[in-house]
Amino acid sequence: MLAGCISGDGEESTDGLTGTLAIAGSTTVQPIASAAADIFMSLHSGVTVTVQGGGSGTGVTQVGQGVVDIGNASRDVKSSEYEEYPGLVATAIAADGVVVVVNPDNPVTSLTMEEIAKIFTGEITNWSEVGGEDEEIVVVIREDGSGTRSTFEELVHKDVDPTDEALQKPSNGALKTTVAETPNAIGYIGLGYVDSTVQMVEVDGVVASESTILDGTYPISRNLYMITNGEPTGLAKAFIDFILSDEGQEIVEEEGFIKL
Amino acid sequence: MGAMMKREYNEKAVRSLLLVFAFFSMIIIFLIILFLFKEGLEAFSYTNIFEFLTGTDWVPKDDVYGAAPFIISSLFVTAGAILIAVPVGLLTAIFMAEIAPNPIREIIKPAIELLAGIPSVIYGLFGMIIIVKYIRITLDIPSGETILAGSVILAIMILPTVISISEDAIRQVPRAYKEGSLALGATHWESIRRIIVPSASSGIMASIILGVGRAIGETMAVVLVVGNVEKIPTSFLDAGEPMTSTILLEMGEAAVGSVHYHSIFALGIFLFVMVMVLNMVSNIWLGRGVRNG
Repeated sequence: MLAGCISGDGEESTDGLTGTLAIAGSTTVQPIASAAADIFMSLHSGVTVTVQGGGSGTGVTQVGQGVVDIGNASRDVKSSEYEEYPGLVATAIAADGVVVVVNPDNPVTSLTMEEIAKIFTGEITNWSEVGGEDEEIVVVIREDGSGTRSTFEELVHKDVDPTDEALQKPSNGALKTTVAETPNAIGYIGLGYVDSTVQMVEVDGVVASESTILDGTYPISRNLYMITNGEPTGLAKAFIDFILSDEGQEIVEEEGFIKL
Repeated sequence: MGAMMKREYNEKAVRSLLLVFAFFSMIIIFLIILFLFKEGLEAFSYTNIFEFLTGTDWVPKDDVYGAAPFIISSLFVTAGAILIAVPVGLLTAIFMAEIAPNPIREIIKPAIELLAGIPSVIYGLFGMIIIVKYIRITLDIPSGETILAGSVILAIMILPTVISISEDAIRQVPRAYKEGSLALGATHWESIRRIIVPSASSGIMASIILGVGRAIGETMAVVLVVGNVEKIPTSFLDAGEPMTSTILLEMGEAAVGSVHYHSIFALGIFLFVMVMVLNMVSNIWLGRGVRNG
């Protein structure tokens, strides 16, 4: 890798790619963009890529106003945003899904989106209310600021805060262990973390898998986008093409998302 | 003549080199304090310090920062740890200093020292799998992730501190005190209870205060077992989120320079000041012990 950088530098810069590419937006997409930017810059010595956060809304607004070249978003562009910036073009670069898991001893294996929302906001507190045993539900969530948490909350209970009884875990792994060790627990983790110590819950009758997340039938899933003002050209096109290439999609997987 | 000068010069060079290294740790601590306060004090231009300390809601997305649930959780977990560790630790120290025959002492002593060397994340894993489960099943509560679980883990972690400093304090009590007491017809236990332990009390106090300092600052072992619920706990069977857990959980995600970021540093200031004061108090108690003994 390192050797490649050193020997490649002189030749690569002759491909004509030079200049600065400014990227901002979703903090979910940020790690993908940052990792890709590092490699992209090592391939093209004349290029500087800056990646900033700010959230999906910021990403859409800034690319619309021309402040940045690419805006990142972890949701679809809203119709109101298209009205304001009609030129926006969103290119899906990865998919993201969150799986609801319970303890393997739990008889409840299927829930509706509405039931899940009520459980995580504290409206439903006993498993008997959703067809389980008469036991108190132990809700386990991720810490404030976690990407998995923001995906889940955005898609499941957008306008309501999670119950203040919820246990918070600092990682997918820690959350999984808690659910595996606690008979009445329910939590959510990235698809890649699921194993036999926990049991996936069908959501609205759909089991989460790479294919149901990619085709959108599994409801707690979304695409991640890079947005340009007009069809991507020049440096922005080269960067987005790089992320869509095999090498770029490998980064997507390494960062814990689902490649297209 | 030249050789003499050279030797003297070498001597001076070594001396100043050692001085530089001695100052090194002082400079580091100074820089840490400077940095902590620089980043943390800024939080109080958004939230006044009183609201920060007494506020019960901590909602970074709305920029509301009330640290009361974390401060109270820290105090709860630490108090529980002391309630468990002090009786166990003190009795062990008395046994080790006064009663244990040498062979037994030589088995227990290294075991306690080993306890001090276990990385805290290992305690956390042990707590997460064993203690949390045990509490959940024995007490028949929905989740074992409670203040109690944190207290048990911390109690084990501070035992070496409490035991070794208390034992030293007990050993420093002059022989004459004990001999005098025995000569007056007191039994060994009466001498321990009435003479030896009271004479060593300042050292024992120091060990407890140091234990409190360690307990309140411990992070990794606690974050895995206390549940991290952002609510003021009302009993040892509630989950809680101590200050250290909040810092660990949220630092990675807070944007550098944001109000959230500064507020996390402000929590760090309180933690730092508390531990600092406890260490100073402990040093004062230890100093007294030496004078009295």
